[in-house]
Amino acid sequence: MQLILRQGRIVDPTQKLNEIADLGIEDGRVAEIAPKIRTKGRKEIDARGLLVFPGFIDMHVHLREPGREDSETIETGTNAAARGGFTAVVCMPNTQPVNDSEAVTSFILERAREVSKIAVYPVGAITKGSQGKTLAEIGEMYRTGIVAISDDGHSVQDSQVMRRAMEYSLLFGLPVIDHCEDKDLSSGGVMNEGFYSTKLGLRGMNPAAEEIQVVRDSILAMQTGAQIHIAHLSTRRSLEAVLRVRKNDKISISCEVTPHHLLLTEAEVCSYDTNTKMNPPLRSEDDVEALVKGIASGDVDAIATDHAPHNINDKMLEFDRAPFGIVGLETAVSLIYDRFVRTEIITLERFVQLFSTNPARILKLQRGTLAKEAWADITVVNPELSVEVDSKQFVSRSRNTPFDGWKLQGGPAMTIVKGKVVWS
Amino acid sequence: MWGGSPGPLGAKAPPRIDGNAMASLSQKDLLSVEQLSVDDINLILDTAESLREVSARPVKKVPTLRGKTVINLFFEPSTRTRSSFELAEKRLSADILNFSASTSSVSKGETLLDTAHNLEAMAPDIIVIRHEAAGASHLLGRECRSSVVNAGDGMHEHPTQALLDALTVRSVKGRLEGLKVAIIGDITHSRVARSDTILFHKMDADVWVCGPPTLIPWDFDKLGCTICRRMEEAIDGADVIMMLRMQVERQNEAFVPSTREYYNFYGLTRERMRLAKKDTIVMHPGPMNRGVEIDSDVADADYSVILNQVANGVATRMAVLYLLSGNAGLKLKRSSR
Repeated sequence: MQLILRQGRIVDPTQKLNEIADLGIEDGRVAEIAPKIRTKGRKEIDARGLLVFPGFIDMHVHLREPGREDSETIETGTNAAARGGFTAVVCMPNTQPVNDSEAVTSFILERAREVSKIAVYPVGAITKGSQGKTLAEIGEMYRTGIVAISDDGHSVQDSQVMRRAMEYSLLFGLPVIDHCEDKDLSSGGVMNEGFYSTKLGLRGMNPAAEEIQVVRDSILAMQTGAQIHIAHLSTRRSLEAVLRVRKNDKISISCEVTPHHLLLTEAEVCSYDTNTKMNPPLRSEDDVEALVKGIASGDVDAIATDHAPHNINDKMLEFDRAPFGIVGLETAVSLIYDRFVRTEIITLERFVQLFSTNPARILKLQRGTLAKEAWADITVVNPELSVEVDSKQFVSRSRNTPFDGWKLQGGPAMTIVKGKVVWS
Repeated sequence: MWGGSPGPLGAKAPPRIDGNAMASLSQKDLLSVEQLSVDDINLILDTAESLREVSARPVKKVPTLRGKTVINLFFEPSTRTRSSFELAEKRLSADILNFSASTSSVSKGETLLDTAHNLEAMAPDIIVIRHEAAGASHLLGRECRSSVVNAGDGMHEHPTQALLDALTVRSVKGRLEGLKVAIIGDITHSRVARSDTILFHKMDADVWVCGPPTLIPWDFDKLGCTICRRMEEAIDGADVIMMLRMQVERQNEAFVPSTREYYNFYGLTRERMRLAKKDTIVMHPGPMNRGVEIDSDVADADYSVILNQVANGVATRMAVLYLLSGNAGLKLKRSSR
């Protein structure tokens, strides 16, 4: 066999598996999982004490290439992903130019083939230039390889355009990834609207801006039958809105949350540190509590980082002027493992569902499982690893993280893609 | 308690912190009133009171800050605050460098931090900054060795304004605690409203904040005040009425229908003043819109202390500059996780 991982704890919810066993790989695919594999591997890894998961998929990242290679490239972004324990990333279309055409999609895929050690799945824009006016050539992009459509931060304001986009998505069975934000309500805001925006004198983004669009789009999804996925959901009411419509079995709706919305509140902004500025903004304690309950109960389907690298020059500005967003690929797994798995707020199975099984299911990727013959994409986590977040060590081209200096236990030990160790 | 050690005026010493040769604030910067303790506030007010006398002299100058350099860094147009700081600096004999955004490299695209680092290289002792972005002075304070004084940052705070307001009230009323202070107008966009509310609340005054609901931000009461919508409620029994400027330029943002209607509901008229106590004083941080938030016959009446505020502004800023003048390079206490 090409590679055998010996005696790790293998957790794979698709096979209801949670046991210590050997895992054998041949031709880049899972060949066998057994308590003891008798044959000898050409390469063997001692995985005693380690956790072996189907490869983690970050379904919401910004790789910045083409256009902002000073902040991140496909190469540095995917290297950061590999270091962070991810075997696949799903990249948003807000590059320059916007990924709204077959040409940009194929550029990204080609570039990924050249430089990326992990899988890269592009998301196509909903509208041309993400301007919210006319549909992009979704079919052409679909044939080239997009896995979903989204205008992400340039959230579609015109309800009729959104309705058409959902109808059109049915032609290809493409999920619509939805950054929900009513721009009239959030306009000019730089942080969550509430006591802290009042106190800090910063313009607030009304949480209703998100909630109203979650409701609007879930109604449109019900009407059209489109599959929608709420990106970086961040408030209690948004989650409640998703759960309410989910009771109706005619709708396919899922949602993700980010590590920072699970771990930080709007109170962090008090330092005016621009690494606490993101969209959606950090919310209230009550919202955080609801999201944490959501990952524990399974109401929330996935954790995605919304990895948004920004060059230091762009972030070293007044809070009002700095761009939204933080990096997340190299901290997510440790943060969630330490704060939620180790504290037994979520189980190992849920951990894997949030990072692997569900992203694969939502985006219909042939990943997220260690079933026989599946691609051997594997995330190995060392539960005892001491991690101190140090942005200077990031392989990402950007350093904009609010988690610098955090001490965590548990983190990625090895990332395997199609049977090849791409990081350890 | 008032020691005979050298103070800003030599013989007539201001209060000093016990054990210290020279009175000073416990922090490097003055960024907000939120960071000030009650002791800090009293120290500033007492010092300002003793420094007021300088402006009454025939030769309005003391050598206190001789050899110290103060940079006035104004990114927003300002006449009142800027001249007040400048005069305060001159009366303390500091060397002054004035820097305004329109005539500087800022208009050539230089970032705030680069501007600050460049100025810092000239080794000033104090940088006074006015900026339209909330938190701009925090950014500067974090990055600079010099003491930073916030002269207004966006909608966040304007600490020296609140301090001079407190000095004005204390001079007339003899105290701050227990007074009913009504702050009326556009609260949302007012850094003065925030600083005043926090400061008067800290000093145990009873703060009432009043304005149209569209101009009162969420949870403002948690800063330490009672919110009311009807102006009459705010004025009733108030010892101090603080009128805020209605920002006429914001009219098209749908906060209020018109200045006319605003005047009808929130303008301070002689009629409404009848509800107030006999010894109520009226204040305004300026610049005033006569006939919008305040009538001329109120603004110019003898219960108006608006011009006292201006005079106290100079003394307050002298006090702040003096109390910070030895603090450049003080290490900030950083909270770590």
